[in-house]
Order: sequence, then structure tokens, then C-alpha cells
Amino acid sequence: MIESLLLWVIGIITAPFFSAVILKVKAFFGGKKGPPIFINYYTLMKLLQKGSVYSTSTTFIFKLGPVISLGAALTALMFLPIFGHRPIFSFEGDIIFVLYLLGLGRFFTIAAAMDTASPFEGMGAAREAFFPIICEATMFMILILFYKLTGHLSLVNYFEGSHPVYLWDMAGTSMVFIVIALFIVLLTENSRVPVDDPATHLELTMIHEVMVLDHSGPDLAFIELGSFTKLFFYSTMISSLILPFQREGIFSPYSLLLGFLAIIVVYGCVGIMESIVARYKMDKVQKFILTSFALAFFATVITMEFIK
Amino acid sequence: MTSSQSSSIETHKIPMQTENRKNIEQTEHSETRLIQTQFSEVTNGVAISRRDLPHLTFDDFRENALKLVRNNAKVVHFFGYEDDSKESSQNGNGGKIKLLALFRTNRVYRDRRYTLFAATCNAPDAYPSLTSECEPFHLFEREIAEQFGIVPDGHPWLKMVRYHPNSQGKPDAFGNDYSKDNDRNYYYTQDIPGNYPYYSVEGKEIHDVAVGPVHAGVIEPGHFRFNCIGERVLHLEIQLGYQHRGIENLIINAPFKRLPVIVEGIAGDTTVANAVSFAQAVEALTKINISDDAKKIRTIALELERLANHVGDLGALSGDVAFLPPANYCGRMRGDFLNMTLLICGNRFGKGLVRPGGVRFAIDSALCDEIMRRITELEIQVANVIDLLLITTPSVRDRFEDCGTVSRSDAHELGLVGTAGRACGLSYDARRAFPTEYYPNIDIPENAKSRGDVYARAKIRAEEVMQSIAIVKMLLSDSLIEIAPVELSFIETNFYEKDSKDYADFTPLAPDSFVVTINEAWRGELSHCILTDQTGKILRYKIKDPSFHNWSGLAMSLRDTGISDFPLNNKSYNLSYCGFDL
Repeated sequence: MIESLLLWVIGIITAPFFSAVILKVKAFFGGKKGPPIFINYYTLMKLLQKGSVYSTSTTFIFKLGPVISLGAALTALMFLPIFGHRPIFSFEGDIIFVLYLLGLGRFFTIAAAMDTASPFEGMGAAREAFFPIICEATMFMILILFYKLTGHLSLVNYFEGSHPVYLWDMAGTSMVFIVIALFIVLLTENSRVPVDDPATHLELTMIHEVMVLDHSGPDLAFIELGSFTKLFFYSTMISSLILPFQREGIFSPYSLLLGFLAIIVVYGCVGIMESIVARYKMDKVQKFILTSFALAFFATVITMEFIK
Repeated sequence: MTSSQSSSIETHKIPMQTENRKNIEQTEHSETRLIQTQFSEVTNGVAISRRDLPHLTFDDFRENALKLVRNNAKVVHFFGYEDDSKESSQNGNGGKIKLLALFRTNRVYRDRRYTLFAATCNAPDAYPSLTSECEPFHLFEREIAEQFGIVPDGHPWLKMVRYHPNSQGKPDAFGNDYSKDNDRNYYYTQDIPGNYPYYSVEGKEIHDVAVGPVHAGVIEPGHFRFNCIGERVLHLEIQLGYQHRGIENLIINAPFKRLPVIVEGIAGDTTVANAVSFAQAVEALTKINISDDAKKIRTIALELERLANHVGDLGALSGDVAFLPPANYCGRMRGDFLNMTLLICGNRFGKGLVRPGGVRFAIDSALCDEIMRRITELEIQVANVIDLLLITTPSVRDRFEDCGTVSRSDAHELGLVGTAGRACGLSYDARRAFPTEYYPNIDIPENAKSRGDVYARAKIRAEEVMQSIAIVKMLLSDSLIEIAPVELSFIETNFYEKDSKDYADFTPLAPDSFVVTINEAWRGELSHCILTDQTGKILRYKIKDPSFHNWSGLAMSLRDTGISDFPLNNKSYNLSYCGFDL
């Protein structure tokens, strides 16, 4: 239990570091040095030391948004096996709970954005509400497959210890599809290129960034930390799948190193993706996300056919 | 001004698709018709006496102007001015305000493909609007209404342009409230934009998005109002004027010595083109001929300005679609091109380089070699980045193509100029049509695309970048490497080193004259116009930035386009706020 807690804390603490890996990869492709690798820590510390500014037209919902979205992300991480180790909490059906917990976080971000009554934020909220709906379809298609394979609806049964190996054994081909589908979901849920552009300054094209324009100081720090954690959540999930090795003692240096490496690979892929692909037109984004559903769907169909 | 090809240069022709060019030229020729008009022909960069401009009655003026525009002539200038000559008061027919219109036609006239026509008339207090019959007058009439309180009746879009009281003390044409101050004349009692009726669309699912005038990026102020249905833009209204500094009046009141500096500040990214336009006008009014070497340096500076801006904009376009590698490379290369201008004159934007009478900095052989070395090195890099941006990355093409399309006929009716016009198939390029400086000796290719979308605008710029590099290299290598230092003495002694006591009233300009200069700035046709009074002082200085025509093109681009594509479209035009606001 102590180990689980420790891993949870390590996860939260290292999440900003991993996000900076993306920046470094992008800088490499752009022929630049890029920001320092600890940039996100500096940003968080800077923001936490500042005060927050609130518009007079906002209500308590606006202040609630950052807290709940951070809380949701942190809680969700409690259910995820990090480096294949047993998480803090686990129960049958917890994955559905976790997905909707993250949904709750998003709901309050959207509500806070609507609270400002700014036309930009309203537009961003509309987009943010729309795209994850398609992700949800993908996630449930993946769950159907995993349930079929393991007979459980819990993250522990998919990602802990040797379970990923079992998944690959049962349906190796399908798992390739699943990894790609999950990667697309990661890009969408975390507002990365080609769905959204986290680096843009142009309000009219933003999705996630525009919704947090009015937040400042510690509130913004909470939002940032929340999105680092959320990205860490999805990356850990994928890294468990792409590294389906039986691990020995979780705190052996070998196992830790391998775990870190796998996560860095996922973050690196996000960085490469952002460097070689331009952002899609807004009306083509849903087609891109639907691709993930198609992949998950085919993976499920193939597997069902062979397993029965 | 005639474009004679010197044989030594012909070997350096810029590569281009000759067949394509011939086709376009033929179609243009076939379009042209001989127009009978009471407007008289004037020549770019040649001063004439104001008496030689035909002075028509307003009805004739209006009729002829409309006829010209209907016969494919384009409005270059249409402005009012206050005439204080004795004749004008004797002429009667109402006040001292006169209107001057200048058109360009592509009809063949005395061996010249492009011709300018100008005429003046006495301005009535109100007149039936020309815009109601011909769109290209739209902004010009609004400007006249604002500056002189002359109301165009029936103008479909009569709104302010720059939010200042008119110079005549007449009631405001737009119903705004002005008050008289103790010291200053008039001032605006309302906040900008005051009495400005925005275009509005009504419906259940319609929503307005208002952007600016303060923006997130480091850009100039301007207000954009989108009437949207969902993500789709029905109409974009662009409301500018926040940068109005009163440059035209400033020029009239400033001592002559200061004028070059003021002119260079019209639009920072178009410093050289503005300075050249001003210098040409002054040279015409003082009958100075400048040396070929000075012309070459001006041409090099103009092309370097074009290069830096086009390359920077291509990078920004790339950044707007979140494709970072070209954005980073272009940002760096823009700096490299600016640094070449820095090498020549000590300022990255070319301030202080061009002065009436020549240029203030020469290019010696060492500098020439250095620029040659740098630009040769850059040429390959630029070509590679353009290739990466426009050819080899399908996701970028997907964003650029069919985004913000303006049809050729719309572009024609709006009178788009420069890269924006060429992207829609209007091949007009002032470097070809009205070649000045060293351009008569250079064969500028006809860059016209027919798509009219973001891709076309980007592609035009990419092509012009490569052509400009070729032009600069050609000028530098053109056996006349040692471009001689320019005869500074003439400028200094004649214009600036006058007895300091009377320099405030000093003017070298010919009295009672009119001159217009047209140059292709990097955005398009830039034109300055000077009218002098009996003593040779500047009576009216009119500046027309290409953005004055092209902002309406941006609004047209946004019709039926996703609102999230606005930044991309905006950047593909990259129009000037301060050049418009003056």
C-alpha cells in the first residue's frame, strides 16, 4: 500500500517533467534548443506564487472548475497501476468510474468557461464537449474487447503485472490496433496536435486553451497540473501496453528504468506527431477521432471471431 | 519609364513559365477597349502642372469615373483636397474643396500597356454616391466623407474609417458628436468607434464573436466582428482606425527636413517602399535625376524588404497550422534577410537608406560579396523550407487548399492588388505595369494563380521569394559590382543644410504641381500623391497603402469559412493596420 502511494506521488511529481519531453522533441525537430527540461516546474511554482484575478461577472462555478478538474485527474490516477504495480484503489468496474471521473473534471472546466460569458470560451467549450464524445465510443469499444478477454472491468486486470502480457497473448494483432486507438484518444483528450494546438496564441482556433484563458495564478497552476496528470494517466496506460513484460520487484532499478523509458517513448511519439503533422481543419478532426473508433471496432470484431 | 531591355541583363532573366504568361497577356489585351474619357493621361513619377489636370464639372466627373471603372479601370486614388488658389475661388461652383480621382487601366495606349488617368472637380456638399453603382469607390468615399464632411448619398456602407472630425468644421457625416476644445480644434467626445452601426445578422442560432482591438499576440489593434452560425462565418466586419496618427496632416505641417523620417514611419514593415515612393515624388517635383547605382540599391532594398516579409509570413502561416519546423526556420531566415538590409544601411528595416536624390549608403565590393555569399547560402535553405511547407507535407496542403477562397470576379470588383490580387488571377504587378527604379531592366514574371485560396496566396509568396532572391543576386553580380557611393552632397546641400533659420518654411518643390508615384510594395500597389500650392508647399499629401484595397478581400475570404480558419486567412493576407489607419 505504501508502495502504491509512493508511486502515485512519483507519478504526479514526474508528470510535468514528461510533458517537457514533448517540448524538447518538438524543439529538436524545429532546430531549436527548446525550453529547459524543468520548465513546467518553474511555471507551476511561478503561478502558485501569484494571486488570482476574477472577473466580476463570474460566480463560484468559475473557481470550482480548476479544483475539480485537478481533483478528478489526481483521483483517476489512484486507480491506475503505475509501472504494473497495484494501484491505491481498485474495484470491479472502476474503469467506468475513472472515465466518468475525468468526464466530471471536463464538465466543470466547461461550466467554468461558460461562466465567463466570453464568446471565445463558449466556442471552445462547444468544441471540447463535442470531440470527447467520439472518444467515449472508442473507449467503450476497447472495454468490450478487454472484458471479453479478461472477464473483468477493472484497470488492475488489464495493466497490473503480467496482465498486459496475457492480453497480447490472447489477441496480439488486435492489441496493435488498440494501442493506436488509445494513442488517438490520448491526443484528443489532452488537446494535442493534430486535434488541438497547445502552443497557439490564436483564440479562435483553440479548443482547450481558450477555456482557461480567464484563469490565473494558482487556479491556472491547478489546471496545468491537472492536464499534466491527465496526460500522464493516458501515457502510462499506453506504456503498460507497449511494454508487456513480466516485471520483478517493482522497485528494482531495472524495472523502474524500463517503466520510465516506456513512458518517455509515448511522450516522444506525441512530440514527433506534433512535429511532422499540421493541425487538422476543425471539421476534419472528428474523422480523425472516428478512426480510433474504427480501429477499436475492428480489433473487437477480429478478436471476438477468434476467441469464441 | 518605357521598359527597354538592355542586352546585358537579358541573360539573367528570371526563370518563369513563358507560355502561361503569354496567355494571360493575350486575355488582358482582348479585354481592353478604347475608352473615350475626359480624364487625361498622367505618367507615373512625372510631375505636371496642376492646370494640366482636366477640371470637370461634378456630373461629368462622376459619369467619366463610372465609365472608366466599368471598363476595367481600377481606382488608384480618389480623395479630396483643399485648394487655396485664386482660380478656384473665382471658379465659383461652391467651396474650396476639390476631388481628385486617379485610375489605372490596362488598355494599350501609346505603346504603354498600363495608363493612368486623372481629373479633378469641385466637390459638392453632397452627391449621389459612386459606390452605389461601382464597389471600388466604397472606402474612398467613406474617407472623403470623414475628412471633409462631404456626404455620398446612397452609400450602402457609410461608416467612419479613422474616427476624427472633418477638417472643415462641418457637421459629422456619420452623426458623431464633436466638441471644440479651448486650444485644440475638435475632438471626439465618444469612445472609438462611437456611432458605428455594426452589420448584424439575426436568427436563432446566430451568434456574434467580437475579437480585438486588443489581441493576444503582438499585433496591431483592429476590431473583427464575426456573424456566425455555429462554426461557420456568415460575414466578417473589419473595423480599423485605432492606429490613426494623422500622417497626411503631419506631412503638410512638418518642415521639409523631417518628411523622410515621417514617411518611413507610415508602416514599419514597408519602410523602404514608402521611402522610395516619397523620394520619387520629390525627385519628380524637383527635377532631379538619380544615378543608376542609386536605383540599383533602392531596388535591392525593395526586394530585400519583400523577401524578409514574405519569408516571415510563410513561417507564420506554418505556425498557424501548428506545423512548427518551417515556422522556426522561416523566423530565423527572416532575420537573416533583415540583417542584409542592416549591413547596407545600419537598420534592419531600411530606415535612413532612401532619401530624395538617391540613397545614403553605397554598396562596395566587399559588402557586395558578403551579401552575395549570404544570399547564396540562404537560397538553398529557403527552397528546402518552401518545399517542406508547400509540397511535401500533405497535412499542410490540406489546411491551405480551398481555405478562404475569393473568386476572380470578386477580387476584380473589390479591386484587390498585390499578392492578394495575384492569388485570385489578377496579374497586376506595379513592377511590371509601372516600372520605376531599376525595374525597367528586370523581367518580372507574371505571377498569377487562379485558385484564390490560402494555398494560392502562400504559393505566390513562395514564388516571389525565389524570384526576389534571383533579382538581388542578378543586381549584385551584374558586372557593376562596385556600386558607386551616391552623390550625397546634392541632397544635403539642397534639402537639409539650408540656413537653419528658415528651414521650417523651406521647400524645394515645384509650385502648383501634381505628381503620383506607384510602386509595388511587398503587399502590393503602394501609391503616394503630392499636390503643391503656389509657393511650392505641400497642399495635399495622399498615401494609399495596398491594405486599403485588400482588407475587404480578407472579409470576403471569411464568407462561409470556419471561424477557426480566420487566423490562417488573416496571416495569408497579413495586411497593414497602420498603413491603413495612417
